[in-house]
Amino acid sequence: MQWYWLPEYAPKFAEGLWLTLQLLGLSLFFGMCLAIPIGLVQVTGPRPLAWAARAFCTMIRGTPLLIQLWLVYYGLGSLFPSVPGIRESFLWPILREAFPYAIFVFTLSVAGYEGEVMRGAFRGVPKGELEAARAFGMHPFTVLRRIWLPRALQNVFPTLAGEMVLTLKSTPLAATITIFEVYGISTIVRQETYRIYEPLLFVAGIYICLTGVIVLLFRWAENRIPRVRAG
Amino acid sequence: MKTLFKLFAAAFAAVAMSTSIASADVKFGVAAEPYPPFAEKGADGNWKGWEIEIANAICAAMNEKCEWVEVAWDGIIPALLAKKFDVIISSMSITEERMKTIDFTDKYYDTPAVMVAPKNSAVDGTPDSVKNKIVGVQVSTTHANYAEKHLQSSVAKIKTYQTFDEHNQDLVAGRIDAVIGDSLAMQPFLDSDAGKCCEVKGKLVDTAVFGPGVGGGMRKEDDDLQQKFNAAIKKIREEGTYDAISKKYFTFDIYGAGN
Amino acid sequence: MSAILASIQWDLLSLTPPGWGGNLLRGLAKTFQIALGAYVLGLTIGLAGALGKIYGGPVLRWGLEIYTTLIRAVPELVLILLLYYAGTDLLNQALEGLGYERVDISGLAAGIYVLGLVQGAYATEVLRGAILAVPAGQVEAAAAFGMSWVQRHSRIVIPAMIPFALPGLANLWLIVTKDTALLAVVGFSELALETRQAAGATKSYFMFYVIAAMLYLLLTLVSNVVFRWIEHRYRRGQPELN
Repeated sequence: MQWYWLPEYAPKFAEGLWLTLQLLGLSLFFGMCLAIPIGLVQVTGPRPLAWAARAFCTMIRGTPLLIQLWLVYYGLGSLFPSVPGIRESFLWPILREAFPYAIFVFTLSVAGYEGEVMRGAFRGVPKGELEAARAFGMHPFTVLRRIWLPRALQNVFPTLAGEMVLTLKSTPLAATITIFEVYGISTIVRQETYRIYEPLLFVAGIYICLTGVIVLLFRWAENRIPRVRAG
Repeated sequence: MKTLFKLFAAAFAAVAMSTSIASADVKFGVAAEPYPPFAEKGADGNWKGWEIEIANAICAAMNEKCEWVEVAWDGIIPALLAKKFDVIISSMSITEERMKTIDFTDKYYDTPAVMVAPKNSAVDGTPDSVKNKIVGVQVSTTHANYAEKHLQSSVAKIKTYQTFDEHNQDLVAGRIDAVIGDSLAMQPFLDSDAGKCCEVKGKLVDTAVFGPGVGGGMRKEDDDLQQKFNAAIKKIREEGTYDAISKKYFTFDIYGAGN
Repeated sequence: MSAILASIQWDLLSLTPPGWGGNLLRGLAKTFQIALGAYVLGLTIGLAGALGKIYGGPVLRWGLEIYTTLIRAVPELVLILLLYYAGTDLLNQALEGLGYERVDISGLAAGIYVLGLVQGAYATEVLRGAILAVPAGQVEAAAAFGMSWVQRHSRIVIPAMIPFALPGLANLWLIVTKDTALLAVVGFSELALETRQAAGATKSYFMFYVIAAMLYLLLTLVSNVVFRWIEHRYRRGQPELN
């Protein structure tokens, strides 16, 4: 095993790592923000919206992330020439870069999967608590803000660690749309030095460390959140 | 339960049977992406193109039976080293860097690299003309090496794509300002509907980066296959098979200088 | 919108050349084959792994823990690349060392073996949870009847654990069908790669990727129906899963 290339490529790997973390953080944040209404609307209704949310989740969960990425980046990109004036529009700086597309697709992916989880979480909050809150005269939105959402999030918290790890594991796919995060950098090393295993093993090691950090962070956070045990 | 068991056994058998003892055929490795006019997959699932025909002719001249294996371009050298096939026939340029890991057959064609950009762009191939622009290249090619060596300091960004089509696509979409690629491979793109936005802006020359031409990549230890291949190249050039095939695609001799 | 619809060349989808429809369907068939093979392999490894984790000695359990943790912590794409190069290389070196001929591992087999190993780690966890969920009383009763370990497991534990394992197994099937798309990055011919080649050759990126997405969705929906039927059969008398 030869590791002579490591010092030379270390700064590139650092940049790539930062890109990975950005992809992870942003898509999780926006994805969860989107997942909450998607889950909620499936429990409360109205019917058409609930149906739309359900369809959204089914489509996201039924198609591979790679195809979604390619469809959005290359597919939409191929439609650009037929839209006049697009290069002068204010959106152009965003449409040019590959990064917004990756964030967009990962966000939708997180929202699709977590939407299902949130649906179960919202359904799982004991009805008694909600009824008690209404009996106090709280407006439905206040009930949501003070009781339903926090309790649902509490139930969901342990699975968030798993979701974070899953999102982390899908970040390498961004390399296929020109975003060179940590895995992408390893492919560059692989091409320039022709070492087959070492860059891959190195990157695998990085991912294992990141996963470990995430799991430990969540375990620490779980101990800090008060949990009311029944009985 | 019994039906499940039977299903299991059947699936297992099917998988086991798809492995077979390695045969003595020569296997050619090609990148799994369309690269007309050299190699592209037709709608019927078969590979066609100038390079495919030449390689098949060389195979016949070697009196061997040959098979084509597709691999992703950025993994083609590792796949060769892992013995997934025997010769890389995928428009791979002969360069010093690559010769550290693999051997090459004699060259079988040589065409220059060009920079392509939209018709109304001021880009002309020189480093100054691409100042603060975004240039697209395909990963792991001599074009990417050229961009890194000469343009790194002046461009805003060098974007690396997995396949040739994808950077052309982004050029058409306007996401990048110029691409660097092989002049002949660019021709079908520029002739197509999508490519009418753009034109060749300048020829790029650097023999250190681009090497003497395109050859077949082989493992260092396969010396006799290399000799057979080189002899076959000479044979098809002398017999006129090379020219006959080339005439179907090109109006000039793409073998390049230095017979 | 109509401009977009008008710009789609529907004849590119026809089933015979020069339409690419035939290629895409072939890719779908390949995808299904690889997924099925990998799923079966994964289940086999998973069953062995689950039993090993429950009944094995500390070394075996420790080894299996490392296997499942590593596979679940590393992205599938990296795993696929590592297993593809390292795995086939090691296999052939071993065979050469033993004096046999190299085997020619077809793309199909390599894809199955790589994805199968990845699936095996997940399946180990699913099956382990399911086996542990079988009520202990039933296992004890079987032992009291004098059944051997093998009889206990083949007659009682494994059939009883299937209802518990089904949701996880259905999920694993969906995961494997989507993971086959990653094989496109390595260059295996399945639906994602065929789509990329078709899109590149015809420049109709949007249309082909939408069609590919719909084909995968179709596979998912059909799989959901099949699994619902299986659940219906195996969970007779138990509450419906949502």
